[in-house]
Amino acid sequence: MTGRVHLYDIDNIDTDRIIPGKYTKTLDVSTFADHCLEDLDSDFKHKVQQGDVLVGGWNFGCGSSREQAPIALKVSGISVVIARSFSRIFYRNAINIGLPILEIPDHTIADGASLEIDLESGKVYDGNTEYSASPLPQVMIDILNEGGLVPYLKKHKTYTF
Amino acid sequence: MSLWQIFNMGQTISEKILSAHAGYDVKAGELAIVNVDSAMASDTTAPLTLKAFKEMGGTTPWNSEKTIFVIDHASPAPNERIANLHKLMREFARKTNSVLYDEGAGICHQIMVEEQHVKPGQLVIGADSHTVTYGALGAFSTGVGSTDLAAIMLTGKTWLKVPESIKIILKGKPNPGVTAKDIILEVVGKIGLNGATYKALEYSGSTLEYLTLGDRMTIANMAVEMGGKAGIIETSGLELPYHFEPVLPDSDAEYSQTLTIDVSSIRPKIAKPHSPENVCDIDDVLGTKIDMAFIGTCTNGRLEDLQLAASILKGKKLATGVRMLITPASRNVLNHAMADGTMNILSEAGATFIPPGCGPCVGTHLGVPGNNEIILSTANRNFPGRMGNPNASVYLASPAVVAASALTGVITDPESLDK
Ligand code: SF4
Repeated sequence: MTGRVHLYDIDNIDTDRIIPGKYTKTLDVSTFADHCLEDLDSDFKHKVQQGDVLVGGWNFGCGSSREQAPIALKVSGISVVIARSFSRIFYRNAINIGLPILEIPDHTIADGASLEIDLESGKVYDGNTEYSASPLPQVMIDILNEGGLVPYLKKHKTYTF
Repeated sequence: MSLWQIFNMGQTISEKILSAHAGYDVKAGELAIVNVDSAMASDTTAPLTLKAFKEMGGTTPWNSEKTIFVIDHASPAPNERIANLHKLMREFARKTNSVLYDEGAGICHQIMVEEQHVKPGQLVIGADSHTVTYGALGAFSTGVGSTDLAAIMLTGKTWLKVPESIKIILKGKPNPGVTAKDIILEVVGKIGLNGATYKALEYSGSTLEYLTLGDRMTIANMAVEMGGKAGIIETSGLELPYHFEPVLPDSDAEYSQTLTIDVSSIRPKIAKPHSPENVCDIDDVLGTKIDMAFIGTCTNGRLEDLQLAASILKGKKLATGVRMLITPASRNVLNHAMADGTMNILSEAGATFIPPGCGPCVGTHLGVPGNNEIILSTANRNFPGRMGNPNASVYLASPAVVAASALTGVITDPESLDK
């Protein structure tokens, strides 16, 4: 797959900045797209297009456990999140809702770059450099392959690994 | 001594608890499927949890008595949309006989401990990041998102990567005016926002004998501010109203890092805007003007916190131009604070009360600050927009510092006030 980069190479982008707490209390998740990242970049909702890639810094998604954070990115159109590192709850939540994420600690990916991404191998190419993401644990690959934890458990009824 | 302790030497507290819940010996770095003792969701996460649970094919939780819902984050409901989400939780709990604490009962983490839904050595998972608070009881507890929690409601299990542990040795006696909040702010400042990601923090040392259950909850609570998966405090010196077997680490357990903190030398601490790791001694920010003082949250809204504030504010008035919000952590806290006169003292000083719950902590309602206002808060987070306004600045401190500062209108060391 390929995707255009929105670079926010800032450390500790927390879930309050991904989707402020005041907007999270609804089951209508499509509304999150209106407020995703608004305290960080009020233009984000106008810039983002379906299939784009978000690239963050260290400890992306720290803060609350709200699953609304990866959902907000997904409903905004983001297809993959790359960061130098992720907070652990964000990491789980993203996989559980079927949003692929890749951890690449050392990179010089530029804003607006077009990335070629191979999720299985974790290889990312920005036209100049090829990066290798740390591999996901098998259980996460299984969950992602089913499209998230809901379809995974609907099919398997319990964890099988 | 249980079987796993005999056969598997050299384990941390986390490894011991997770081994007991996996049914076999696990070491840091391994993935394990573990049996969960209790599962909790608040009104921020429960609605999505129930939706995912239904979509997975779930009807009744694996164990209704161990499935706990708390209406605390936006309670009482500030609008029609949230009122309907609350209704959804009530209806599900009624239909499935799961446990529900309705509005006014208090903050989920306070209730889980008060109502004994968590005990030492247990594994408890909550759909809220501050679920780590139950490390105060020597339990392994951690936060997950809504879908992970739905999976637990369906299966009674979850998968976890057994974390490496960072050992924190707290030694010595805190000086007057220094509280558990100052100790944990010191730790957060040293470890940093990212320093314990994927890891557990395990606390031991001579300071523990001075720490109440409430103090331990304050310390365990902020593990997640360092990225920690758990923040477990050894149960030495902990008194509980029931009998329990302490889970202690083996002397040859392995840690990724050991940090010793001499508590007798620390000063009251402040986390400056806009990050909990932005920690300094109070001396660096003395005199900073404040607009609002907030005492509450799962970090510092307990009876002893309100009593500490009352001891400073007794017979006095808030500084002109300063407003003060008080949110007791639970109805139980509120009842005690009313019975012993604490609430009277605070009200006479000019404080405003908010019903037990999260109150203004997460910026949904009840006490959203205005632009460019400065808030001094006993909470655990001060990221931009945390209290609902990205143009406000939040400083974090102990209840003693917040009360002393509300009295003077500027950040003040409680020890410097005339007694
Ligand atoms: S008091 Fe604040 S930090 Fe604690 S559970 Fe409620 S919103 Fe979260």
